[in-house]
Amino acid sequence: MTEPQEHSGRAQLLLELADDELIVGWRDSEWTGIAPTLEEDVAFSSIAQNEIGHARALYELAAIELGTDADALAFDRQPAEYRCAPLVELHLLDWAHTIARRYLYEEADRVRIEALKSSDDAELAGLAAKIDREEVYHRLHAELWAARLREEPRFRDAVAELWPYALGVLPEELRPELARRVGLEPAGSSLLQAAERGRHTPELSELWGEMTEVRRSAPGAQW
Amino acid sequence: MPALPAPERMIYEVFRQEKKGQPFQHAGSLIAPDAAFAEAWAREQYGRRGESAALWLVPRDAVHEVVDWADEFDLKYRRVDGYSIKARLLEARQRASDNYSEETGASAA
Repeated sequence: MTEPQEHSGRAQLLLELADDELIVGWRDSEWTGIAPTLEEDVAFSSIAQNEIGHARALYELAAIELGTDADALAFDRQPAEYRCAPLVELHLLDWAHTIARRYLYEEADRVRIEALKSSDDAELAGLAAKIDREEVYHRLHAELWAARLREEPRFRDAVAELWPYALGVLPEELRPELARRVGLEPAGSSLLQAAERGRHTPELSELWGEMTEVRRSAPGAQW
Repeated sequence: MPALPAPERMIYEVFRQEKKGQPFQHAGSLIAPDAAFAEAWAREQYGRRGESAALWLVPRDAVHEVVDWADEFDLKYRRVDGYSIKARLLEARQRASDNYSEETGASAA
């Protein structure tokens, strides 16, 4: 393999990770002020901020490689250029689905981070380990909710509905591990079709419009 | 989403230690269905900016409260607020400092 291809593969991977974290953080932040309890509101908003912080660190790594900066990567691309998985794009309007996504995303992210921690890329492995130290508490939060709602039909339905999307967060080789962790069937074993990365839901354009509005209003401004 | 069912909700008083070795101080309270949720929420609410070295989460029921006091005879002499010790303290300090310089030959600052 030649050098540039290797680099573009790495940049691509970094953008996938960063876009997932940015968009899930953005979506979760939409609950600020309206979560079911004050305590949950504070926690959920804090977790959303952490995810966006992870996105920034990942964009910074990608930016070095791509000769740009983190803000440009986060805000100056067109919606079609984003590499996030459809799971994080969905505009979920009820708490059962929101917690189902948070839970499934955390579990998928754990599988992915575990793999990255043992990467040959020392920089990426180091950043994965750093991110993982915060994700421990995100998982604690998500797993508490999942354990508590496990028997609730609304939550179970939401998890089942979002499962194909959750599979789409991971590359194929990591999906069986995710299925094992959450106790659901892996893709390929039936008619189940993962919601793959690369195609976007209509919800992303809407989110993008709002997210980049201020930045687009004054291109090149320093904040 | 309806609120959590009432019997499952418990108030936890949160005490926060800013740095190791410092006393814990009451920081606030939160309502949670169990200690695990209380921990998850308290971590985000009282620790996300690195402002706490440790937290104590205490179910309010576990707090034994004392609020009634008998002071029928107004025993003012038990209190220190009637005495002006400021001047006497200054004097004592000066004396200690003078003694110290006499003993060592050092000049008092």
